[in-house]
Amino acid sequence: MYDVVIIGAGVSGCAVARELSAYKRKVAVLESACDIGEGTSKANSGIVHAGYDAKPGTQKAVLNLRGNILMENLSRQLDFSFQRNGSLVLCFEEADRGKLEELLERGRKNGVEGLRIVEGEELAGLEPNLSRQIIAALYAPTGGIVCPFGLTVALAENAAVNGVEFHLDTKVDKIIKIEDGYRVETEKGEFSAKVVVNAAGVYADVFHNMVSSHKLHITPRKGEYCLFDKTAGRHVSHTVFQLPTKYGKGVLVTPTVHGNLLVGPTAEDIVDKEGVNTTAQGLEAVLERGAMSVGHLPAGKIITSFAGLRAHEDGNDFVIGEAEDAEGFIDVAGIESPGLTCAPAIGEYVAGIVQKILPAERKEDFIKERKGIFSMAEAKDGERREKILENPAYANVVCRCELVTEGEIMDSIHRPLGATTLDGVKRRTRAGMGRCQSGFCSPKVAEILARELGKDIGEITKAGGKSVLLAGKEKE
Amino acid sequence: MRGSMDRKADIVIVGGGPAGLAAAAGACREGIRADRICIVERDGELGGILNQCIHNGFGLHTFKEELTGPEYAARYIEQAEEMGIPCLLHTIVADIQAEADGRKRITVMNRSDGMFTIEAQAVILAMGCRERPRGALNIPGYRPAGIYSAGTAQHYVNIEGRMPGKEAVILGSGDIGLIMARRMTLEGAKVKLVAELMPYSGGLKRNIVQCLDDYGIPLKLSHTVVDIDGKERVEGVTVAEVDQNRRPIPGTEEYIRCDTLLLSCGLIPENELSSGMGVELNPVTSGPVVNESLETNIPGVFACGNVLHVHDLVDYVSEEAENAGKNAAAYVKGIRNETEKDPVAIRCEGGVRYTVPSLVRVAYMQEEQTIRFRVGDVYQNACLTVRFNDEIVMKINKRVMAPGEMEQIKLKKSKLEEFEGLREITVCVEGEEPKQQTSR
Repeated sequence: MYDVVIIGAGVSGCAVARELSAYKRKVAVLESACDIGEGTSKANSGIVHAGYDAKPGTQKAVLNLRGNILMENLSRQLDFSFQRNGSLVLCFEEADRGKLEELLERGRKNGVEGLRIVEGEELAGLEPNLSRQIIAALYAPTGGIVCPFGLTVALAENAAVNGVEFHLDTKVDKIIKIEDGYRVETEKGEFSAKVVVNAAGVYADVFHNMVSSHKLHITPRKGEYCLFDKTAGRHVSHTVFQLPTKYGKGVLVTPTVHGNLLVGPTAEDIVDKEGVNTTAQGLEAVLERGAMSVGHLPAGKIITSFAGLRAHEDGNDFVIGEAEDAEGFIDVAGIESPGLTCAPAIGEYVAGIVQKILPAERKEDFIKERKGIFSMAEAKDGERREKILENPAYANVVCRCELVTEGEIMDSIHRPLGATTLDGVKRRTRAGMGRCQSGFCSPKVAEILARELGKDIGEITKAGGKSVLLAGKEKE
Repeated sequence: MRGSMDRKADIVIVGGGPAGLAAAAGACREGIRADRICIVERDGELGGILNQCIHNGFGLHTFKEELTGPEYAARYIEQAEEMGIPCLLHTIVADIQAEADGRKRITVMNRSDGMFTIEAQAVILAMGCRERPRGALNIPGYRPAGIYSAGTAQHYVNIEGRMPGKEAVILGSGDIGLIMARRMTLEGAKVKLVAELMPYSGGLKRNIVQCLDDYGIPLKLSHTVVDIDGKERVEGVTVAEVDQNRRPIPGTEEYIRCDTLLLSCGLIPENELSSGMGVELNPVTSGPVVNESLETNIPGVFACGNVLHVHDLVDYVSEEAENAGKNAAAYVKGIRNETEKDPVAIRCEGGVRYTVPSLVRVAYMQEEQTIRFRVGDVYQNACLTVRFNDEIVMKINKRVMAPGEMEQIKLKKSKLEEFEGLREITVCVEGEEPKQQTSR
């Protein structure tokens, strides 16, 4: 019997797992996909929000502020990319100035530091490429950006190193209340646990409703994005939001921690919990609305587009806590924006709840630090030379766009919870993330995966399941 | 000790494909000692993309016979071997710096020697090009496995002996896409359609006939893919007709079941190293701006082949690259170290999109200088004119000109020398509006 079973290895589930791994408990994470972070955590804005958006007193408001504060130290502890680049909320019309003031006031109530309204030359100085029609902006110096894959992988690896079991490709079918907890039935067998943490993203309502009569309802709210080449990455240096206008909720324009430019997301309520397809209208809207913020969005420099789903709960707030009529069943549901920012705080908060239900001692040997994959692209010449001396595989460049070497790819495969798919390697090392979008490196990465995992290249998938790369040998 | 072994050369050639190989030979013929030349190639073999082009049709101009890609490459590889030109294989160029004193520092790395620098007097850029990916086309839909650029598919089929899929739709009628339509068919796959966004094909006429028509593969012009279906692996695509502004026409959508989508939607010269060292690029070609010697704005840095502008025929790549090699040799020997004050600019007019070269220093021209260019649309009964200042000096009538076929003119050095006060040369194409065509 497990002490805790966590359903879902997204950023929230992994953050909870990492916090729980500091205590003497038996913990397992069950994930239906073949890798961690395969749902909402892999397709979002990568923003660390300052915390002025949510209504004061809501879980979103409290956890946002706490998450923003925790993120910086965590990024050093767990070695993932994070930058406090500051954010701006743009106001397009005099008539909307009041809304900007409201946002400022709300932010102050939420405890966000350093907020102020900027305009004129100061605004132009902060962000020279802004469109001319902008009259003022709310400046939040504590806003930041993070690598969402890096954060999720770091949390998961660290949890795994500290003894949490991860069961991937393990889809939960049923949750049944038993005397001293729950029996979680999966296609790969049963897991009994005293406490269940439901961090299943857009599916969290499904699992909650299996054990509780107070029903949750989560709507997948689709957001489409366009990602631009690194040569467009300096178009803005802050994360630039928009006040909602008569044309709808705004989109953001932001640099990413890796130096690309990201524009999006749209917001469309859909039914399909796997409906991550982009649409012509969506992508058009992204570019149109993005162009309201910054002049000359270089459409020719788009390298890819994608869509992600927000888990929107009808109550418009996170639903985090023990379900009223289901003792020991803790929901981490409705985690939409600013969920990524909140992840470290959610981990901490849920660990606190678990501690009350199931007190445990802290481990003396908890390993709180984790070292990420060495990046040849980011290393200085001296460090590169040294690394190559240590292991010549670091001199064999596999992805030329992002300068990713065989050494890095091998590390991504062999570390705890290592990559087993093309997308897994891509998200951990950036091989295939560049401007040729894996055209050149995908056969090489597939070959390394096959070799290192002892498989035939025909078994290698893009992202698990039926996503095989090849359809057999010639003339078969 | 590994990593500490820094080297010197007269000429470093970045890329060991057809351009790099011919450039090396050109430099050697012009009197540079073979062991003072160094080809740096990231792959394990020389020959570049030719190695996966196992179809024939290469070398008709150069050797007056039809060779396969590997056969064509082999002739140049053997030549380089006979000349004794050293090559670094499995070696990537990480960075090139042009020093103030004219020397170039090339930082390279490979498994056996680690990371080291080569100091050279001249550099020839011959990195080739890459394919435009799905993302750059911003095609909506899911992002499943089974979407490949045509060249990646070609690699799987011809190098790995693996099939990327069984039922394919090809978007774009570039030459690699046409070649792959035939190749996939020969290997037992069903190619259901080639869709081309433009009202004309981007590939060579001969490829449309030999790769599509001969196999009954339909080509739909003015059509594009508007949706990709399949969450894990491609299950189908939706194709629609587009209007003159290349916007899909509602109501023309057609769903085609397939497990593979191949993309052949254009090639982009690979100039990350070039722009990193400060080489000026032409936004039309995405390749360096060069003069008659194929020299970039940085003295002693030359460019040739598909990194300069995308070619249709490898024969022309070889010819161009050989010249780049000779010119680099002349630079090393100090013959051309002085830049002439005012190079004559070549201007494009009418349907001419660009020319290579786009600058000419008369003193350094060949007796007969080839100027290559492409047009931006299909022209029927076209008239090609060349003007020196305002005076028409050449007029050629052409029945058809198309974006898929590279054009060339030859300028005589003597004519330019004789022309007093030559300030600029204009290349112009005008012709009748092309007829709209949507399918064949």
